Amino acid sequence: MAAAAAGRPWVLRAASIAFVLGLWEWGGTVPVSIAFPKCSETLVAFGGMIADGTFAGAYAETAGPLIVGVALTGVGGVLAGLVMGLSPRTEWLGLPVFIVLQASPSAAIVPLITYIYGIGFAAKVFAVVLLSAPVIVLNSYRGIANTPRSLLEMSDAFLASRWKRIWKIVIPAGSGLIFAGLRLGLAQGFTGAVLAELLITPTGVGDLITFYRSVADYPRMFASILSIIVVASVSVTLLQRLELRLFRPEMRPA
Amino acid sequence: MTNRTSPTSEPTMSDGVRDPGGPAVRVVDLAKVFAGGVRALDGVTFDIPRGELTSIIGPSGCGKTTTLKIIAGLVDATSGLVEVDGTPVTEPGPDRAFVFQDFALMPWATVLRNAAFGLELRGVPRKEREETAREYVVKVGLAGFEDAYPHQLSGGMRQRVGLARALAVDAEILLMDEPFASVDEQIRRKFQEDLLRLLSEENKTVIFVTHSIEEAVYVSDQIVIMTRAPSQVSKVVRPGVDRSGGSDHIRRSPAYLDWVERIWAELQGYLET
Amino acid sequence: MELRGYRVPMAFSLLVWFALWEVIGRLELVSLIPPFTDVLLAFREVVPTADFVEAATITLQAFVIGMALSFVLGFGVGFAMGRNRAVGSLMGMWVNIFESSPLTAIVPALMALLGFGLPTMIATVFLFSVWVIALDTQVGVERVSSSLVEMARSFGASKRALYFQILLRAALPELLAGIRLGLIRGMKGVVIGQLLIAVVGVGYLFELYSRSFLMPQFWALLIVLFTFAFLASEAVAYFERKVSFYASSR
Ligand SMILES: Nc1ncnc2c1ncn2[C@@H]1O[C@H](COP(=O)(O)OP(=O)(O)O)[C@@H](O)[C@H]1O
Ligand SMILES: [Mg+2]
Repeated sequence: MAAAAAGRPWVLRAASIAFVLGLWEWGGTVPVSIAFPKCSETLVAFGGMIADGTFAGAYAETAGPLIVGVALTGVGGVLAGLVMGLSPRTEWLGLPVFIVLQASPSAAIVPLITYIYGIGFAAKVFAVVLLSAPVIVLNSYRGIANTPRSLLEMSDAFLASRWKRIWKIVIPAGSGLIFAGLRLGLAQGFTGAVLAELLITPTGVGDLITFYRSVADYPRMFASILSIIVVASVSVTLLQRLELRLFRPEMRPA
Repeated sequence: MTNRTSPTSEPTMSDGVRDPGGPAVRVVDLAKVFAGGVRALDGVTFDIPRGELTSIIGPSGCGKTTTLKIIAGLVDATSGLVEVDGTPVTEPGPDRAFVFQDFALMPWATVLRNAAFGLELRGVPRKEREETAREYVVKVGLAGFEDAYPHQLSGGMRQRVGLARALAVDAEILLMDEPFASVDEQIRRKFQEDLLRLLSEENKTVIFVTHSIEEAVYVSDQIVIMTRAPSQVSKVVRPGVDRSGGSDHIRRSPAYLDWVERIWAELQGYLET
Repeated sequence: MELRGYRVPMAFSLLVWFALWEVIGRLELVSLIPPFTDVLLAFREVVPTADFVEAATITLQAFVIGMALSFVLGFGVGFAMGRNRAVGSLMGMWVNIFESSPLTAIVPALMALLGFGLPTMIATVFLFSVWVIALDTQVGVERVSSSLVEMARSFGASKRALYFQILLRAALPELLAGIRLGLIRGMKGVVIGQLLIAVVGVGYLFELYSRSFLMPQFWALLIVLFTFAFLASEAVAYFERKVSFYASSR
């Protein structure tokens, strides 16, 4: 999306933002519900929460488990995908598990986490891992398992050893998909982190949302929700830009 | 490339078992049945004389690529034997280099790195292999494109990178699968000239798959004509067109036209009706 | 994998995992993991209960209504985005933002706005699934080759025929992918919504079972849910495979 929109006049984009915010403002003025703040109120609350350090504190808490969790799945998931892509036995054993996990509402397991990991840091890391692992593993697996046949044959014809073939053909050919998996994994990781904060340990941004709802401070509650959506979108978009720069589509195997 | 310049005016049919100091490649009674039951080859036998260019021609789907890949050691034969210099082929080896019909270039690597890739896999130090690759990139007519990426090149130019890569590993035998299939007719003729000039400098044994009769007659010392799948060798011929007079002259010469006509007649029997 | 020359279908590896599960359960290594056979027995306790039937009913209800809304709006918006550049760039940004953002955070707001019942669940299902449907529809419509559209025009196709005979058919692979991903996200949405609402549907049951430490029941419910989600997505995937020949020759 970033690439496609970049070429277009950003006037259109600004107009689109203005329109949506206008609609929001109108909906708040009616009001649709007493729990639906005006856009302007929310933005004021947003500014206030930046100024008084509320966001800084909350994101410092949310970031930890998110980064640790995504880093863990980033390394472990890519490795698992690599092994599954390279070894038919591991593929046979592991692939169905991840396919099922990917298709299923695995968030349902989150309530159990507290029994093993309590309500601390580890529990949130687990939630992040639970949600981000399937997409990272499956993307890495697909990147490795779908190396173009013609490149494999070429490396055979020019006498590549098994390891050189993996290192010089299979991994570079799959790297675009693997990186895309990391990006999607990060997006899922945000969901995992927020879910854990809402469901098991009231900390970070999740706690802000819960707290301001309980005291009926809706502008601040909406500002908190807005903030996590903005943070997630910006970080995912940045990763996508990096992806487009590192793995230009035309340099990926067809 | 001695035969190519010898003025053999009288076209001769040969059965392909001549022995000029032992053929470079012998293909004996090759059969291939693919998993799934497709019978591609059914007893293919021919010899590839050393230092010559042999074309394999036949109807589409008759197993030309399969034959070439079996010679390369990329595909296993169901039965039969391929010998290179008297040794049976079981796997790819340094004595053979392959030029792929679909180029098989790495899209993430530059022209130079693609051309040097065979040497890279053999562990040749970077400086040395790039020097060699650069030389062949220039020889195939891509000077100035060393740092370009495959997606920036036309089909014909990509094919030349594949050719440079195969030449750079300095194998005695060059296996080329329809190398000019993806270029238009005008450029094709230029490529044929370039190929002949290159080969006259390199002294290699070349096996060249094509579906163009004109191309086969124009570039080959020997032509293996295959039947429809499950294929056998229909005929092995040696046109020996006199190429002393330049390309336009050759293409109009009666001997050349005569050979094109004969092979056309031979193949016509195997075309679908 | 092959065993004595026979190909063993990949799905059979799940049996290996279930066996491992049984062993871990029998050895009582982890208190949360009862033997798999106990879980199977728990099916009989869970499935016929009034609690379960009620939870399943309300969950399905929320899921079906939410998905229906998603399909209508997702296809509509996606088609408009794919056919019209201006619409595409106006809406594209929002669809992309919401497609990849943690919408879980919105659920508490929905609870404040719509209460703790069906409307919130429906809204959750809708919000989780609509974006990916719109996005895939857009991609599918954009990928329909313009020569195919021009062909239809030159043979005098009406607008209706153009949409139903050409665009809808040619975009089918992406449409189906959108449906499948939408269903998966909708399932995740309904479960996350109910977990956060905590007093309705399967979310309530999960809370109840885990709070009362009824592990066999918990896992039995989870397996029911996973099986439903997996079968739904595989059913669409089956049709996707049937039309996959398209994608290469459009
Ligand atoms: N990997 C394969 N599996 C099954 N059948 C194949 C495979 N490769 C080629 N074939 C079949 O074998 C026959 C010969 O193929 P090929 O050697 O590519 O023909 P040609 O190069 O002469 O056009 C064709 O019918 C083709 O469909
Ligand atoms: Mg071929």
